[in-house]
Amino acid sequence: MYPPKFDYLSPTTLDEALSALSGAENAKILSGGMSLIPLMKLRLVRPATVIDISRIPGLDSIEDRGSHIEIGAMVRTSDTAGNALVREHATALAEAAGSTADLQVRNQGTTCGSIAHADLAADQPAAVLALGATMVAESTRGTREIAAADFFVDTLTSALEPDEILTRIKIPKGGRSVYRKLGRRGGDSDYPIAAAAVWVDTTVGDISEARIALTGVSSKPYLALDAAASVVGTDGSAEAIAAAASHATDGVVVLEDLYGTVDYRKQLAETYVRRALEDLLA
Amino acid sequence: MSTTSVMGGIVRRKEDPSLIQGKGIYVDDKKLHGELAAVFVRSPFAAATITSIDASAARALEGVHAVYTAADVRHLGPTLAQVAVGTLRPLLADGVVKHVGEAVAMVVADDRYVAQDGADLVYVDYDPGQAVVDLKEAFSDAVKVHADQSNTLLTWNGNAWWEGVIDLPDPSPGIQESKLRDDAVVVSLEMINQRLIPTAIEPRAVIAHWSAGYGSVELWSSSQIPHAVAGAVATTFGIPSNKVRVIAPEVGGGFGVKLNVYPDEILTCFASRELERPVRWTETRREAAYSSIQGRGWIGTATITGTRDGTILGYELEAICDMGAYTHNFTVAIPLLGLFVASGQYDIPTSYKLHCVVTNTMTTDAYRGAGRPEAAYYLERIIDAFSRKIGMDPADVRKANFHPPEAFPVQTAIGLTMDTGNYAVNLDSLLERVGYEDLKAKRDAARSEGRLLGIGLSTYVEVCGFGPSGLAGLGFSWAGYGLPTAFNGSGVVRVQPDGTCTVTIGTGPSGQGHETTWAQIVSDGLGIPMENIEVQHGDSLDSPMGVGTFGSRSIAVDGTATFEATQRVKAKAALIAGHLLEAASEDILFADDGAHVAGSPDRAVSWGEIATAAYQPHTLPEGMEGGLEASAMFSPSNATWPFGSHMALVEVDPQTGDVDLLEYWATDDCGNVINPMIVDGQIHGGIAQGVAQALFEEAIYDSDGNFLTGTMIDYALPAAESLPMFQLDRTVTPTDVNPLGVKGIGEAGTIGSAQTVVNAVVDALAHLGVEHIDMPLRPKRVWQAIQDARG
Amino acid sequence: MQVHITVNGIDHGGDVEPRRLLVHYLREDLDLTGTHVGCDTGYCGACTVLVDGRPIKSCTMLTVQADGSKIRTVEGVADGNQLHPVQEGFWECHGLQCGFCTPGMIMSSVALLESNSDPTEAEIRHGIEGNLCRCTGYHNIVRSVQYAGAKMRGETPALGVTAEASS
Repeated sequence: MYPPKFDYLSPTTLDEALSALSGAENAKILSGGMSLIPLMKLRLVRPATVIDISRIPGLDSIEDRGSHIEIGAMVRTSDTAGNALVREHATALAEAAGSTADLQVRNQGTTCGSIAHADLAADQPAAVLALGATMVAESTRGTREIAAADFFVDTLTSALEPDEILTRIKIPKGGRSVYRKLGRRGGDSDYPIAAAAVWVDTTVGDISEARIALTGVSSKPYLALDAAASVVGTDGSAEAIAAAASHATDGVVVLEDLYGTVDYRKQLAETYVRRALEDLLA
Repeated sequence: MSTTSVMGGIVRRKEDPSLIQGKGIYVDDKKLHGELAAVFVRSPFAAATITSIDASAARALEGVHAVYTAADVRHLGPTLAQVAVGTLRPLLADGVVKHVGEAVAMVVADDRYVAQDGADLVYVDYDPGQAVVDLKEAFSDAVKVHADQSNTLLTWNGNAWWEGVIDLPDPSPGIQESKLRDDAVVVSLEMINQRLIPTAIEPRAVIAHWSAGYGSVELWSSSQIPHAVAGAVATTFGIPSNKVRVIAPEVGGGFGVKLNVYPDEILTCFASRELERPVRWTETRREAAYSSIQGRGWIGTATITGTRDGTILGYELEAICDMGAYTHNFTVAIPLLGLFVASGQYDIPTSYKLHCVVTNTMTTDAYRGAGRPEAAYYLERIIDAFSRKIGMDPADVRKANFHPPEAFPVQTAIGLTMDTGNYAVNLDSLLERVGYEDLKAKRDAARSEGRLLGIGLSTYVEVCGFGPSGLAGLGFSWAGYGLPTAFNGSGVVRVQPDGTCTVTIGTGPSGQGHETTWAQIVSDGLGIPMENIEVQHGDSLDSPMGVGTFGSRSIAVDGTATFEATQRVKAKAALIAGHLLEAASEDILFADDGAHVAGSPDRAVSWGEIATAAYQPHTLPEGMEGGLEASAMFSPSNATWPFGSHMALVEVDPQTGDVDLLEYWATDDCGNVINPMIVDGQIHGGIAQGVAQALFEEAIYDSDGNFLTGTMIDYALPAAESLPMFQLDRTVTPTDVNPLGVKGIGEAGTIGSAQTVVNAVVDALAHLGVEHIDMPLRPKRVWQAIQDARG
Repeated sequence: MQVHITVNGIDHGGDVEPRRLLVHYLREDLDLTGTHVGCDTGYCGACTVLVDGRPIKSCTMLTVQADGSKIRTVEGVADGNQLHPVQEGFWECHGLQCGFCTPGMIMSSVALLESNSDPTEAEIRHGIEGNLCRCTGYHNIVRSVQYAGAKMRGETPALGVTAEASS
């Protein structure tokens, strides 16, 4: 319960942080610390250097960039949940952020930190997948953009290179989205046993575009491409929704743990895709 | 002038002002000059031989003062237990480990951070062996947990448990015979009552200071039983018990986990003696989960034989009860407590067989209810199944088999005597308040819309208020710790020279509000205002000999002792007041912080004046001894037997299996009530823990004995959003065992609730063909049960 | 590393190891032992304090992260001898038993009511979901917060010992 020793850096510019990260062996970025600090307390993670990015100005804002909104690396999960821009243009993310852990954790933890941690059962990754977000990764080598669909590689593994920091997330405007989940203590409390984020574009009547993402279901948050494809071009009828839901776990290995068997999780994934679509299209 | 009677009244707690301002002192808040901190190295294996321990790097680390292993402490013997059946826990693992989390080495350093750094540098080599975790496998004895001992430590066998003391006919042949009747209906279910982690929010903590100069030791411990711990320390180190002071200050929840003597309590004393510095240790949450005691852990088959009119001809339970690897305080006696209430509220032939079996897991011991929730669970689940089978309302089946009020005192199936009970009145009161018939109609209407609503009912009997001195020979004593005291109650009431009052009691709270309730007893007796009464507790040398807070015993036993001491002080004060007021002592009444002559409220003296006289004996009548205090010890003639009826309404999500607990009602009867607010609070918390067992919590070991639920992430305590408001009411059936007529309420809520919720969920799904689901009723299990029933 | 932290209105400076958790700084370096430690993983909420007005879990924050911030602990909630309405609510409505979760529960409740003085029961339960209590089943905690809300809105609370004793 007492973290091991480490060197602590508290850079005040992004460049300083990126240089420290590129030069250090076994360094970890600390934003809110909701994943890192418990792991350090349990001594499951022993970084030699911890780079606290919370004192870098400019990372803690949510900005309207016209075609998209941008969420900075130090935006706390509770701010994501309550922000008017996010609620309007990225409802699923606002809902996922709002049902993450508890108030204190939302106040400390950051949206980008949760995304970068890439927990298989975190709430917010499903939302950024469904919203078609873009992750902006920076290093001393430069800046690159990673599509959410390419970002989640495996359990606790993202597409970030060891010298990269996820500095912001860009979420395109347009469409409508929701996030629906069953938590471990029932309702939407706690980590999801399974959850679905769904985004659709219905501006021209029928569903012209859709993305459906699931978390808690497999070894990483993922896009259910077949499910989305099957609802596109339909009017969102009960039959279309049921058909989409039936593809919720196509092509993925469904997880089995204390909270769910494979069959059960598959059923939950389908149920939450269905409920999310129903709520969205109601 | 009004009286100051506060018995039975709602009074704000005396405990609270310090606690709500963050000024209460728990063990971890206590700082001692020069203190060191300890951290334990614990086994990652459930069954292994220790081939080597290399602590050289840890010892070399700056700030580490010592690393102790079994070689250093072997001479002290094992951790003592009260009911020492089975293998006692070594202070530190000696060559072998028997469960994950067993302490192997202790590192003492300047502070906790450095101690943990040192612990990381202790290298232990293990040769893993085969672990036994599954209860049926353990019962088969195919692999032994302890090489030289059967896995079955003993079997509590129905009425034979008290062989030679009570001789009752064996009911089993009669029950078997009744199964052959043409009209017999036999219902049987195998059910698991899963392992739980008590999870007091305050982790256990100790700080020991051995004083070489005085040859004495002071140990602060977050304990429910400071006297027993003191006895164990004295016995282990071979010093007299009056050289050991164990202090339990504010205790942040107990629930049984702090009702044990643990190695750390002995080892910090040892380290303090060796290092001549105070030594502290505070457990982590993981340690709280896997190296402090767990509870429950039964698998059993319950069978009811009855007839279609609701008559129960026989009830049988055979269960294997998980003891874990080592024996602690009461370990094998916990199932016995279940046996005490085997038949619940019912007059039914009962046959019980409980096998106490060891496994490669953490020890089980008393967790809130301790044997009684398990007993109530099996009985009330199978009665529900029987009711369904014969198509009778479960409330009617229960009523058909109740002991009637005129039958009391009732001799139970195993020969104990239940004091008082009024079961049908209690249940009817619940049914009427709930509007049972309307509720059933609501459920049925919802069901016709495809919604899955269910109603669950349970009654229960608790046995508590231990206990009779006559049971001392059967383990109800601290003889195992070198203190051969029966489970008496004790209290000392002293009026100070300024007229305020100090009450010192032999049992202390871990949230139950003793300070308030005891002050009410004394205030009621003496007329001294609540704010002028201080209640002291939790010091093994200063408190009168007490046995601790457990088994819902404090009010019925220690409360009574304080009541008796109060009466003695009152009698003497009446003589003094009579002398001062020139009146007969029998005409003296106490109220409003003083005494007056009956019928003449103006002829009054204050408690300050009475006390001044008491402490200036020259002013007293000729021959009267000075001082104004009394002590009393109370040894009850019997335990007490609270009871009650609980009901729940749930809704199950058919697609996800998620259970929503919509409503919860309880009508409990704990006899007379001193502070209804505190009693209700105990019931709230008790119900929450029973609901938690039903829906959320389970301590899980895999088949290799790895522990899977060591954090609060994996062991899901209910949060505020998980629970509804609890709708309480009570009936009052006083006991005749003590003059206060009080029975005890600490565990009742837990004993009544788990099966109430499970009965409700099964009720919601029974029409689909679901007969039973094992706890916890996680969504996946409920969903699976629905799938299985649908085939 | 040097830190400057204001706790309950008092400035503190000092040298701390980077690994030192905020809760240990508060409890052991500043002797503010009202903030408790109940778990290892930032789950139980007994260590909740307000950092720059927001409830956080001080067992999951490094002291150095709090450098320059203003912290409020349970010791700083009352106004001198005048209890905060939330503290009064917990006392009046028996919102605590063992008292160990209470400081954290009070801090979360204070933050909740400062942002929403008239929460529904569901909002109260949601607002304290990060604080676990093993004693009360939350029943009386919810009532305590309701009491405090009424008090903070300038109403006379209908709940609590005082109200019930006079009714």
